[in-house]
Amino acid sequence: MPLFDSLYNFARWLTHDREEAEDLVQETYRKALKGFSSFQPGTNFRAWMYRILRNTFLTSRTGLKSGMTISLDSEEGETVLPTTLETPESILIDRSNQQMVQEAIGELPVIFREVLLFCDVEEMSYQEIAETISIPIGTVMSRLARARNALRLGITKKLQGV
Amino acid sequence: MACDTWRDKIDAYADAELPAGEMRAVGEHLPSCPSCTADLLSRVQLKRAVMTAGKRFSPSLDLRQRVQKGLPMENKPVWLWGWAPKLAAAAALVVIAFLLLRVWSAYQQTQTYAELADLHVATLASATPVDVVSSDRHTVKPWFQGRLPFTFNLPELGDSPFTLEGGRMSYLGQAPGAQLIYRIGNHRISVFIFQNRMERRLASSDDRSRRLTFNVEAWTEGDLRYFVFGDADPNDIHKLSELLKIAARS
Repeated sequence: MPLFDSLYNFARWLTHDREEAEDLVQETYRKALKGFSSFQPGTNFRAWMYRILRNTFLTSRTGLKSGMTISLDSEEGETVLPTTLETPESILIDRSNQQMVQEAIGELPVIFREVLLFCDVEEMSYQEIAETISIPIGTVMSRLARARNALRLGITKKLQGV
Repeated sequence: MACDTWRDKIDAYADAELPAGEMRAVGEHLPSCPSCTADLLSRVQLKRAVMTAGKRFSPSLDLRQRVQKGLPMENKPVWLWGWAPKLAAAAALVVIAFLLLRVWSAYQQTQTYAELADLHVATLASATPVDVVSSDRHTVKPWFQGRLPFTFNLPELGDSPFTLEGGRMSYLGQAPGAQLIYRIGNHRISVFIFQNRMERRLASSDDRSRRLTFNVEAWTEGDLRYFVFGDADPNDIHKLSELLKIAARS
């Protein structure tokens, strides 16, 4: 099955729950097959599948409570925080604190978590992310910058034991 | 200021999302700027950490089986997908059967014409080419009564260049039929008439062709199958065929 492992991984990150993720993946494939005629050949199949999964999640009880609908201060003009010589990343370079990174990712608002996972885990292009979550590329870039800043801040707090 | 400009693009550079010109410009800037290089290193490390940490969950075998097995039962498209190979195989068999039938039919037709050529040549070579010697169709036609399980009409030749020499019994595939001998100039033409139901192996379509150097015209009239066979000019074969058709329909 195409994208099965990736979709499940993404579903788990969204739901934080094994059973809900399994239901979400099953429902995604059911909808994809049922609505396959609506898929336009030549367009991005992966983006189409993730869009189905994401929309299914957003209409679920967990999705409605996930904070996807919170308003952001601004989607545009995000200032990229400068890094210092000693950064959370340099401390985590040996990957010994992978669990800490996972926790930090899990604590991100879903709206940041998904864009971060699309870019760094699924290695989607900005264009592909924009298609998947139906936002402009500029918004993808600013949201991604905010997500990374938030993640960096989260890791820093964990390192400091806050 | 230059670094502030580039710093805003470091994320996109790490994601390889800058246009080619800017990718090249940032790449040229980095070796001379420790600050931007450290910034890029930090972002690449974070990106790699997320990539590693993000690949965290694997689906169970049970879920995989449920999705694979459960969906086809609920969705017609999947049901069709399951049958698609069988339908394709059935369609392929039909096509192959059709092609084989065409090949077999062509082979049978060739065999039939070969047999008719033998009959025609054997008749002309015989000392008694016809069993009933007459140029009168009203003599020849009745001769076949009681010998054939069918009857047929013969044309009034009138002013045509053809003359009837007579007829004889003929057998094709163990089925009885009539063989009539016509003459035009120095050429003699055989007209074979068989029951079509007894000639299932013959192609039922009309045919004008040249077989084994003979000219042939064949057609079906009612339950009878006609073959006009000889070395005469094709136009003469056709004229005699037309006369026979008119007689058959009268």
